[in-house]
Amino acid sequence: MDWITTVDHKKIAVLYLIAGGFFFGIGGIEAILIRIQLMKPMNNFVSAQVFNELITMHGTTMIFLGVMPIIFAVMNAVVPLQIGARDVAFPFVNALGFWTFLFGGLLLNLSWLMGGAPDAGWTSYTPLSGSEYSGTHGVDFYTIGLQIAGLGTLIGGINFLATIITMRAPGMSYMRMPMFTWTTFITSAIILFAFPAITVGLVLLTFDRILGANFFDVAGGGNPVLWQHIFWIFGHPEVYILILPAFGIISEVIPTFARKRLFGYSSMVFATILIAFLGFMVWAHHMFTTGLGTVANALFSISTMLIAVPTGIKIFNWLFTMWGGQIRFTAANLFAVGFVPTFVMGGVTGVMLASAPADFQFHDTYFVVAHFHYVIVGGLVLGLFSGLHYWWPKMFGRVLSETLGKWTFWTFMIGFQLTFFVQHFLGLMGMQRRIVTYLPNQDFDLLNLVSSVGAFLMGVGVILFLVNIVITTRKPADAPNDPWEDGRTLEWSIPSPPPEYNFKQTPLVRGIDAYWKEKMAGHTEMTPAEPVGSIHMPSATPLPFVMSVGIFIAGLGLMFSKDDFGNAFMNGLFNNYIVVIIGLLITFGAMALRSLYDDHGWHIEPEDQDEKGVRT
Amino acid sequence: MTTSHAEPVDGKLPHEPEKATLEGRNKLVGFWLFLGGETVLFGTLFATFLALRGQTNDGPTANELFHLPLVAAATFILLVSSLTSVFAIQAMHKGKRNALALWLSITVVLGLGFLGLEIYEFYEYVKHKEFGMTTSAFSSAFYTLVGFHGAHVAFGIMWIGLIIGQLFRKGLTVVTAPKVYVSAMYWHFIDVVWVFIFTVVYLLGKVG
Repeated sequence: MDWITTVDHKKIAVLYLIAGGFFFGIGGIEAILIRIQLMKPMNNFVSAQVFNELITMHGTTMIFLGVMPIIFAVMNAVVPLQIGARDVAFPFVNALGFWTFLFGGLLLNLSWLMGGAPDAGWTSYTPLSGSEYSGTHGVDFYTIGLQIAGLGTLIGGINFLATIITMRAPGMSYMRMPMFTWTTFITSAIILFAFPAITVGLVLLTFDRILGANFFDVAGGGNPVLWQHIFWIFGHPEVYILILPAFGIISEVIPTFARKRLFGYSSMVFATILIAFLGFMVWAHHMFTTGLGTVANALFSISTMLIAVPTGIKIFNWLFTMWGGQIRFTAANLFAVGFVPTFVMGGVTGVMLASAPADFQFHDTYFVVAHFHYVIVGGLVLGLFSGLHYWWPKMFGRVLSETLGKWTFWTFMIGFQLTFFVQHFLGLMGMQRRIVTYLPNQDFDLLNLVSSVGAFLMGVGVILFLVNIVITTRKPADAPNDPWEDGRTLEWSIPSPPPEYNFKQTPLVRGIDAYWKEKMAGHTEMTPAEPVGSIHMPSATPLPFVMSVGIFIAGLGLMFSKDDFGNAFMNGLFNNYIVVIIGLLITFGAMALRSLYDDHGWHIEPEDQDEKGVRT
Repeated sequence: MTTSHAEPVDGKLPHEPEKATLEGRNKLVGFWLFLGGETVLFGTLFATFLALRGQTNDGPTANELFHLPLVAAATFILLVSSLTSVFAIQAMHKGKRNALALWLSITVVLGLGFLGLEIYEFYEYVKHKEFGMTTSAFSSAFYTLVGFHGAHVAFGIMWIGLIIGQLFRKGLTVVTAPKVYVSAMYWHFIDVVWVFIFTVVYLLGKVG
């Protein structure tokens, strides 16, 4: 019950981690099933229909329900601490964001149990995703589930933006913010300007499928390419929503374990902003073969290649940070260092794909699959592993086992390279993506087998990580404030795990790497910016949970609003939108309650503020 | 930072009560950001409409459908409601709760008038011009864009209505003032979007 009503950002972080980890597991199992099917030619492990559902759900689940929530977990756990804040700007909204994400994700995955998962690819291109070619409810689960989950992401993003703008500790100017906070800030800005576009796209597709609208139906005057534009004007920035937080994590981990400040801090900040800006300018590079014409292709080709410049700045800054440092290869740092070359390779194939004429050859082959997995798995997932090993002691008060962490790194890294390196060559040899099987003796057999073996090895790596968590959780919480001893930022100046109010006294920030600066000046803790006093906290509330349940019910009702259940009662209930209305009434009722009864919160008095972590 | 939760000091409101507390300032910042997202939302809907406005699929065209005097009346009503919400904020800054509630109520009534005209317009199109959601890509885009705006107006009416209720229950305080302020911002935003709809959908529909 405590977990359902919580508005504490640290607990919400744990909720995001558990839910994101759960969906990450589902997406991983889907990946393994795909690789079993493709392990040998002419395999019939799964049917073509199930294969389509697997690839669709693998992509959708991993991006929207797996890695993004884990990013949000790390952001929720770390960002308020890094900026010296007691809380986020909107604790209630933060909780609401989590619950809508969770119920959207559950709705999407219910499709496996309720008559077929979405099968039109994770991009849901029209007309393949229209009623004509996707007659089951699969794509409805996609549109409505993602809509609900996306709502959660959007309000989460607004919360982070407002938190970073208004809640920074005295002295923490923008150019003194830690890099992870910076990337969270920019990522949230991208979310804010990219997600409403997919919101509209999903609404249009829902209207086409459920209300018979004609947005993408050529027979009614619609235009299928419009979907591609709307999808990618969201979808390309989404890539940077995923990778920028990883950049932020790497920029925290490498300086800590190299015992040097981040090289070129301000160029890192501006590179981040530039990447975000350019990220919005390049969406049509996903559509070179759609027939936009040579001028459009050339412009989008060039703007895409421009992104390599700020990204290169970042790569060199990480290298220069390590240069001459006293590097310690902890598990967290292994992942961070492993990230750099892997991501560079994903970037190089990205530039290859950005060249429009070459893309006509690479398009829809395994070369593309290899490219984006190098970026997303070799970039983001390695970054997340690094961040989780790094901040685990801060979140849970226990240091993860270094030995198991290193085993995780080596199995995952070797597995990853085996899986995806060979896919570049499969693609260049002409193996198409999204096909259920292939003929023998086309030189595809051995490389596919290697790829599948690599995928199993990655699975072993993830299992080792879970084992590490279980073993660590059974130990007593004993991590000191600064378990790595070289912590540079504010979160390491408070207990692990942090008390409910984070900072007993708001710290005074005197420079970049605020805590490191104090340590170098011979202090053991931050100088407070305020006297000890009563701390105001927001009250726990079940309303975010209730509101999300309402939206979930309304979504289910909308999805089945055209169905014939062969049962007068059920037909009456769904076909007259009664279920939708009930769901919306629950949500709006909860909103009205929130409006009528103010949350006055509660106070933690100075005598109750002991400096130990109060949470497991 | 310690003024995060405050009752009005000595029963007197500060000069700009909406910005007096950290929570109030957070609300304002958060709401500006939210409106940034809303801008993208409507931008995408406008782009969709512009891409599909000529695709009438042998159904009615914009020129045949639109009756400008009706739309002009609706526009006038909505613009005036933005003005009355400004008067509401001015009354709030003078600390006059009843005047504030009155101006907000007038805003709500004008909003209802606008919504009534829009519902009448849609009803006419569907009943007498055989122009429904499924008629053409143009009709789908029209109802989605204008309907989204209408839904925003309806939401605003309910929201401001609840806030008027709060003003009577709790009075004008540093807790209610930011709510009044952001709801007025929302109302202006809806108004600006309508100006674009009036131009892009109706005027362009009549001439182009």
